[in-house]
Parts: sequence; structure tokens; C-alpha cells
Amino acid sequence: MEMVNVTIDGHKVMVPNNYTVLEAAQKAGINIPTLCYLKDINKIGACRVCLVEIKGGRALQASCVYPVSEGLEVYTNTPAVREARKAVVELLISNHPQDCLKCSRNQKCELQDLAKKLGINDIRFQGAISTFKTDKSSKSLERNPDKCVLCRRCVAVCNNVQGVSVLNAMNRGFDTIVAPAFDHPLDSVNCTLCGQCINVCPVEAIKEKDHIEIVWDALGDPEKHVVVQTAPAVRAVLGEEFGLPIGTSVTGKMVAALRRLGFTKIFDTDFTADLTIMEEGHELLARIKNSGKLPLITSCSPGWIKYCEHHFPELLENLSTCKSPQQMFGTLAKTYYAEIEGIDPAKIFSVSVMPCTAKKFEADRPEMNDSGYQDVDAVLTVRELARMIKQAGIDFNNLPDEKFDLPMGMATGAGLIFGATGGVMEAALRTVYEVVTGETLSKLDFEEVRGLEGIKEAKVDLNGTEVKVAVAHGLANAKKIMEKVKDGTADYHFIEIMACPGGCIGGGGTPIVDALERTKIDGDYRKLRIKAIYSEDAQLPLRKSHENPAVKKLYEEYLGQPLGEKSHHLLHTHYTKRSKYPEVNGN
Amino acid sequence: MDLYRSHILVCAGTGCTSSASMEVRDNLKKEISRLKLDKEVMVVETGCFGFCNLGPIMVVYPEGTFYCQVKPEDAKEIVEEHLLKGRIVSRLLYSEPESEIKVSDFDKIEFFNHQKRIALRNCGVINPEKIEEYIAHDGYFALAKVLNEMTREEVIDVIKKSGLRGRGGGGFPTGLKWEFAYKTPGTVKYVVCNADEGDPGAFMDRSVLEGDPHSIIEAMAIAGYAIGAEQGYIYVRAEYPIAVNRLEIAIAQARELGLLGKNILGKDFNFDLDIRLGAGAFVCGEETALLTSIEGHRGEPRPRPPFPAVEGLWRKPTLLNNVETYANIPAIILNGADWFSSIGTEKSKGTKVFALAGKINNTGLIEVPMGTSLRTIIYDIGGGIPNGKKFKAAQTGGPSGGCIPAHLIDTEIDYDNLIALGSMMGSGGLIVMDETDCMVDIAKFFLEFTQEESCGKCPPCRIGTKRMLEILEKITQGKGVPEDIDNLETLARTIKNASLCGLGQTAPNPVLSTLKYFRDEYEAHINDKKCPAGVCQALLTFYVIAEKCKGCGICARVCPVAAISGKPKEPYVIDSEKCIKCGACIEKCKFGAIVKM
Repeated sequence: MEMVNVTIDGHKVMVPNNYTVLEAAQKAGINIPTLCYLKDINKIGACRVCLVEIKGGRALQASCVYPVSEGLEVYTNTPAVREARKAVVELLISNHPQDCLKCSRNQKCELQDLAKKLGINDIRFQGAISTFKTDKSSKSLERNPDKCVLCRRCVAVCNNVQGVSVLNAMNRGFDTIVAPAFDHPLDSVNCTLCGQCINVCPVEAIKEKDHIEIVWDALGDPEKHVVVQTAPAVRAVLGEEFGLPIGTSVTGKMVAALRRLGFTKIFDTDFTADLTIMEEGHELLARIKNSGKLPLITSCSPGWIKYCEHHFPELLENLSTCKSPQQMFGTLAKTYYAEIEGIDPAKIFSVSVMPCTAKKFEADRPEMNDSGYQDVDAVLTVRELARMIKQAGIDFNNLPDEKFDLPMGMATGAGLIFGATGGVMEAALRTVYEVVTGETLSKLDFEEVRGLEGIKEAKVDLNGTEVKVAVAHGLANAKKIMEKVKDGTADYHFIEIMACPGGCIGGGGTPIVDALERTKIDGDYRKLRIKAIYSEDAQLPLRKSHENPAVKKLYEEYLGQPLGEKSHHLLHTHYTKRSKYPEVNGN
Repeated sequence: MDLYRSHILVCAGTGCTSSASMEVRDNLKKEISRLKLDKEVMVVETGCFGFCNLGPIMVVYPEGTFYCQVKPEDAKEIVEEHLLKGRIVSRLLYSEPESEIKVSDFDKIEFFNHQKRIALRNCGVINPEKIEEYIAHDGYFALAKVLNEMTREEVIDVIKKSGLRGRGGGGFPTGLKWEFAYKTPGTVKYVVCNADEGDPGAFMDRSVLEGDPHSIIEAMAIAGYAIGAEQGYIYVRAEYPIAVNRLEIAIAQARELGLLGKNILGKDFNFDLDIRLGAGAFVCGEETALLTSIEGHRGEPRPRPPFPAVEGLWRKPTLLNNVETYANIPAIILNGADWFSSIGTEKSKGTKVFALAGKINNTGLIEVPMGTSLRTIIYDIGGGIPNGKKFKAAQTGGPSGGCIPAHLIDTEIDYDNLIALGSMMGSGGLIVMDETDCMVDIAKFFLEFTQEESCGKCPPCRIGTKRMLEILEKITQGKGVPEDIDNLETLARTIKNASLCGLGQTAPNPVLSTLKYFRDEYEAHINDKKCPAGVCQALLTFYVIAEKCKGCGICARVCPVAAISGKPKEPYVIDSEKCIKCGACIEKCKFGAIVKM
């Protein structure tokens, strides 16, 4: 890369010639305030907060999009710059509800942060404030356009990263909002409810549907037997909510906190992840053996499932019929667990903690009641769990490490790595290889399917049969692979797809990493979270799903065998074709 | 070819067709046939003559008799009298506003004889739907000249030397733009025509497209040759159906004659054109928003740099010019850079088309040399201010421009002089205001427009213009406070400096220029709660002048809110608390005893 010399506020820096002024300023030790800019996701120069003066330039320029060039002289802190930035943020605040005390993003809000940084102590320009309707239609997300600052970060993630393109700007002038086409409610369009929009929102214009209160109610109800499951990724990200560095695993403290919140049993979704491998692995083998529909595609990610239902309804038969680990757990909690513990399943209240917003929708799907009850009663995102821990006054960082309850808290490293992209594939390969070959794998790490590459491929020799697999994460990548499946150019046997970039550790229910934090991390913050997952896997005594003693016992005592009749009834599901657009009434 | 003794040119532009010029044409044809003059008299539909408030307009040649406000039922008389008997129908002639002298000769009308038509050279002269007529007026000769005799560099050089600047608003030197697009490496480049004319009241681009579509096609092909592009797009607003239709016809005709397509005029040069319709967003006239819209996205501007010449349509080098700019190109190529640069002022060459509107006798489209004074435009061409009122200000540049006060009426209009006065050329809107116009109200009007047309992408424009408008509303409602002027200025400065695109960067101009020249009017609204021009309703009070009132009581009877009371034959009084300022009493009072102030 060719380097150029740039002067920032009198200091010379040498930077690659593809840098923006914003990036060059960072090199010079100056963090120019931003709002719409988000590293790797949104660079549109819309919010006009990162304005700077360019020597010889006419108007002020947005540093996030202004390219550097040899000899460029930039001033980031002149009276004109300070006045403009301040006025722009004042204008944004003048059309913002300013109800910070009641806002879930209080103290984790980039607008609030900007006001502080720019020294705003008065809003000179008062006037009309937008009054749009909050869209509460979906089971997972709530959009409040009144809080929206129109930074378009959600639009960028939805269009470019996920390729779903549900959100875009509509209307003009002061009435501009971000919304689905024609302002249709979210539940009537092809939104996958992945929640990536929440992760990038600088304010509280989009948030998850709150399940905290119903969980508190259940916990306070003496009649209820409240069990909780925690998804693999939760332990790798929860610490961030308590100020721990990204990539700190907090499994033991998480269990301890849940126990202190009053859950009767603290179980692990990793257990049903192991179980998923048993079912899905055998499903793969059966499809290969019986010339069934191939490639088989994983079904753990409810955002991905909804995407497939909307965008590739003709390929639903390729999806594994396995329920997701959350839903397998939900069914078993009110059947197997109720039976072995002698509890009336009607009294069991089943809570999951997920890095995901689409899981709320999944738990609410009408078919998810094979236990005779709604299998999962409430789904908390990691952020919601953290709020509950804070509400209860629990000193999270000083908690002792505690262990999951048995039997459904027993899990292997294979179940754990479900939390990262490629994890389901790797877990499946660990088991399928040993089941088919009867040999013990010498090396359990399938490096080819790990990491943040958008689409990964690998080949595995299973007793002379070469099995070709692929892994995609982020729906734009999923789309690429599905187009190939659709036109018949994909010769894979097995594909893992996760809706969110990075897999579940990058889920829409994980802690929000704000723009400045993202800038400070070299590369993608998700890789730090992924590292936490794989380090924990490496240290576990059991790392293959078929070696999970609790899963073995479950089959012996209750289910019989993988793909058996009981499994079929309790652990498998079906899918629904959905349109991309709202149904149009006949009249 | 048939020869005719007379031609009747009937304006088929949007203005005249909306006042039934096509019915006039049909009736003329009927009458001509009835009198069996078919072989002697030909009716030709042309583009706009520019004198739009007098439509429908027609000119009878060879005499050059100019008829205006012709109604369909006048056709019979025109054909019988003028064409059969050779007697001019004098009641349909134009009379000059001050002298009321009737003028029959088209060339002698003041409105026309101060003009110099380059961009509009064929409008009102040829039938825009016939490529042969365009060719007969030297059409496509410039294209033939560049393809046969000139290198690409020479073409660019001529445009540079001519001094032509962008007619869409910015006034950027056209030749430089061409050179940038030419010099940017790339195998795929585009030529784009901005026909998304959005300034309220401006319609020069529409007139060119309706009256002379081939001139744009020819110019774009020349541009394609110069920068190395094989594809062009004309982005025209869907509200211009006649223009779109004529462009479609013209493109088909040019293709048929091999003037568009492969190996044009037998040379190794391919160029074709497509039309893209805009959906009526003002911001799509901004070049990057226009390109974004052509790409199929919501029309929103994107930051520059990169400029379109480097990274434009689909990220390819793109040359984008306005309709009027293109309309000048063939004339410059044929007549040379020196000819063009001999017209106009030092830094603004050639002519400019203005859309005259407002408080002026002659409204319509005019084309004058750069440097023509505002006085010439208003008094000589425009025929002065109606009803003996006083000229107060002229607004140029539409919602992005500003107001020029009466004492600067001798300003020579060119790009730089207008900028220096806090206004701008813009696309050439020129609205004349008289003493009954309130300048705060005018500023509010323009801000209402930009505020509504903001694309919403950047906060200074989206929220800032709204806040400015709110302050102006407050002031015109008599609720202004002295700090409002400071806040208006701070907001204006922020919006100008911080907005993403030209729409926002120029939106405060109407407020800034009126604050500059008419600050006293703002202060009167705020401090004295008065509207000196008597426009802002909330600031008016209705009074009965006791000496003039005869006590007839009619005012009390028409008052819809019973705000007027009194005894017969004694002066009545108006209760200003109850009065809703509807004006019904003033209208009915026969003695002029009621006034508002």
C-alpha cells in the first residue's frame, strides 16, 4: 500500500493512501467524534458529527468518508468545527425524546456520549418532536422511530451484511424515518428478526421485546418450578456487560448469578446441542445412505430458518428437521425432566438465555409445543439477563464459579462450540467421523471450518466416502451459498448456516459493542469472543457429543435411539413457507 | 417537397397546450381544409416561445405576425381573415404593457427583441418531433464535425475555451468537467443529462426538451465522443410527459438515422441513450442523488469526493451536465469558442435562460446574454411591475438563491455577481416582488419548500431547516423574540457549513439574503408586531376610519363572527379580539372606510 503524508492539527502522520481522514486522525491520536460511522459497516457521511476543516476546502467535510491524499492538511478542532458539531448534535437532541432515565440504553448510548463529549448543556433550537408509532408487532423486536437518529447503521447491516434489506429510509425531510417498505409492520415483512440492527443502533430506536418482567413474575411465583438454560455463546459474552474485556469467559459466575436470581435449576443448552449432534449427525448419515435430500442444512439458527422460509421456500426440505437446541431443551424440560423429577409439567416455567433475538420468535412458533405446553416460556437476551443481575444487585465480578445442575447441565466441548461459526459443523464432524469409521479422531480441531471467513469449505474422508461440507455465517453469505444450492452448482453434503456474522457470539442478543470500541479493536471484535469459546472447549474433559454421559443416559432411559420414534415426535419439527411481502387482502 | 405560402407555428409546449393550443391547432386545420387551403398553408407544432402568460401563442409566417391568447373559436377568424383575405386580426395582437401599442411583428415585441437565443435557438422555430427540421437548422452538423474533424482533446479544448459554465446551478466550468471525465481512466464511462428540473417556477429545461430534444441528444453524443462513453442517460422528471414523449420520439428517430447506436456516421464511435424517469424529488437534481436514483436506489446524495467524473454512475467515471448546458454545446462546436466567449461577461460567457415570474407584466422564459442588468430584464423585457406598484426585490436561483433588493437593480447578472450579493444563478428562476410582498413571508415560503424536499439524510438539513421554518412561522405569527434572529443566523451558518449536499448548503440563502437586505422587516415583525407589507395575517388589525364611515352597517352584516357593531348612520367599530381578519368587510365597504394595518 502506498503511503501518504497527512497533517492533522499540525502533527504529521504517514498513513496508507486508502485511509480516510478519520482513520488518519486516529493514527495521530485524535478520536474524532462520530455517530453514523461504524467500522466495516457504515461509511456514508450522513450524520455530520465527524466534520473537520480541510485546508483549501469550501464547506466542512465528513472525516469518515474524506479520503487522504499527499500533503492533506486537516484541522479537527477549530471554532467552526466545534460550532458545527455542537449545533448538529443539538439539532439531533432537539428531535429526541430525552427520556434517558427511562431508557434501556441509558449510559450505553452514543448520542448521550456525544452530548457529553461536545459539552452540550443547552438545546438552543427547540421545536416539534417526531411522534411516530412504535412497532411492537414482532415477537422479537420493537422499533421506536421517535428515538431514531437516522444514522442508517441498521439499514447498512440489514442491506449489506445480512442482505435482507427490510429496512430503509422512507418519507422526506423532517418526516424521514427508517422502516420496512411502506411502513409495514415488522411481523408482516421478511424480517428474520436476527437483531443485528440492535447491535449497531447507537440509541434505543430498536430493542428486543422485553421478557424480563414475565421472568421476574415466574421467579416470584411459589407455584412455579423455574428452570433456565443458557446458550453456548452466553458465557463468552456476558462478562462484557460487567466491564470485563471482550473474550472473557464467565461460565461459573453466570451459573452462580442465575442461581442467585432464584432459578431452581441451572441447565445448559450445550446439553441439547450435544443431543442435536446425535440427531442431526444421524440424519446426515441417513440422507447420504438413503439418497435423501442433500445438502443437509443445519437448523439451529432461528433467524436463518425464517430467512430460508421467506427467501428460499423451495429449499425447505434441505433443512434438517432437528429442532434447535433451545427447543429440544424446552420439550425435554417439560417431558423427560418432569418425568424423572416427578414434577407436574404444567408447573414448569422454562426460561432460556440466548445471544439471539430470533429465539423469542422461535419459542413462540405455534408448532413448538410438543411437550403439551409451550415448550419454552420466556427467552432472555444476554443484555436482558445482565439487566436482571444488575436489578438484583448481584456483584457479578466477585461471584464464585459454580457448576450447572444435572442432568441437563452436562455438556461437552462439542456442544459449547455451537456458539461460534463453524462450531456445529466441527461438532458434527467429530461425532460422525467416529460413528462411521469406528476410529478415534487423533485431532479434534477442524481448523478449516473455524474463523470469520464468510464461506468456509472442507472435505472429510469417512471410510472412503468423501463428505464435502460448507459453513456460512451472516445472511448475505447464506444467500450466496443458497443460490448455488438452488441452481444445482453446490456439491456439498452438509452445510452449516448461522444468521449472524460470527455465529451466535455475534448474535442480535449479545452485548452492544459501540462504534469507538469497535474502532479500537484491531480487526473484528467477534474474533475475541470466538477465541473464548474455543479456549474453553480445548480445556474440557469431554469434547465429543456422543461421549456425553447424560445424553447417552437420555437415549437409554427415555428416547431410545437417534431418529427413533420418540425423538421424531419430540425433537424434530417442520417449516412454513413464507412470502417475502405482506399478504395482500383480496378486496 | 411541397411548398406552402404560409406557415402557422402553434406553440405545443406545456404552457400553451394546457391552455388548449392543441384545440386551436385542430380548429385551424379544420378551417384550412374547409377553405381548401391545405396545399397553401401548413400548420406546424413547435416548442415554447417563452411568452407563456400569453398562451396559446402562434406566429404566422412569412409575415411573422404574433397572435396571443388565441382561443379555439378564434381559428375561424384567423383563417378567414388573415390567411384567406390577408387581413391581420388585430384583436389578437399583443399590446405592450405601458404604451398599450399593438405590435403585430414578432421581432418588434420588446419581450423578444432584447433576447439572444442560443440554448432556445430552435424552440418555437422547428417542429421538435421531426428530426429533418432539426437537421435543416444545422442539427447534427456539430456531431459530424467532431467525428470527422476533431480529436477528443480538441473538442474538450473548444468547450474549455468557450468559457461555458454549468447552467444547472453551480456554474462549474463545463470544459473542466469534461476534461476530468476524459482523464479518469476506465473502459466504461457514462454521460448523463440532468433534466430533473426542480426549482419551483423554472421550466427552461422542459422547454428545451419539448422544443428541441435533438439538441440534447446531439450534445450528449458529442460528450460521449469527448470523454469516451458509449452510453448516456437522460434523467427527466415524470411530471414532464410531453418532454419525455418528444425525447422518446427523438431518440427513436436518431437511432433510425444512425445518429445513435453503432458506428455513428460510419465512424468507429458507438453511443446510445436511455431515459430514466424521476419521481419528483427535488433533491434528485443534486448530481450524486440523481446518480443514486438512476441506480435504482432512494434518491439521496452521497459525499464528494469522489466526484462523479471519477466515481459516478455504478462507480464509473460519469459526466453529468444540465439540459441547458448541453443545449449550448452544438452551437459552440459549430460557431467556435471565440464566438461564444465574445458573449457575456469576463467570467460568465454566453447567455442564460431565465424563468420570469412574480409581480411583472411579462412572465415566461427569456434568454439573455450574461451580464444583462436586472433593470433590462424587469423593465425592458418584463414590461415592468403591474398596477403601478414599486419594485422591491428580485429572487434569483429559486429556493437555493437569495433576494436582490431594488437599489441593486443595475447589477449585471452573472454567476459571480449573484454570489457576491448572497444569491446565486441556480437554474435561472427569477421572481419579481413588489411593495406588497413581505420578505419574511417570502423567506418562509422558500424554506417550507426546501424543508419538505430535504432527503432527510443529514441532520443539519433535515432538522435544521425545520427549526428555521418554525422560527419564521413564529415571527410571522407575531410571536417572535429578539433572539430569534441570532438563532436563525446560527442555524443558517450550521446548515450551510455542515450539510451533506448542495440542497442543504444553500437552503438558508433566502433567509440570509433577506436578513441582509431587509432586516428591518424582520425587526418590525418581532419588535413592533407589524408586517410592513401587510401580508402576515396575524399581525394585521382591521380598523374603521370613523370619518369615512357612513354607518350603513353592511360590514356588520357580512362579518361572519359578529365582530363589527354600531348604530345606523354612526361610525361602526371592529372588535379586534373577535375579528378573524377574513377581509369580508373591506370587500363590501363602498366607502373605503375599513383598512388593515
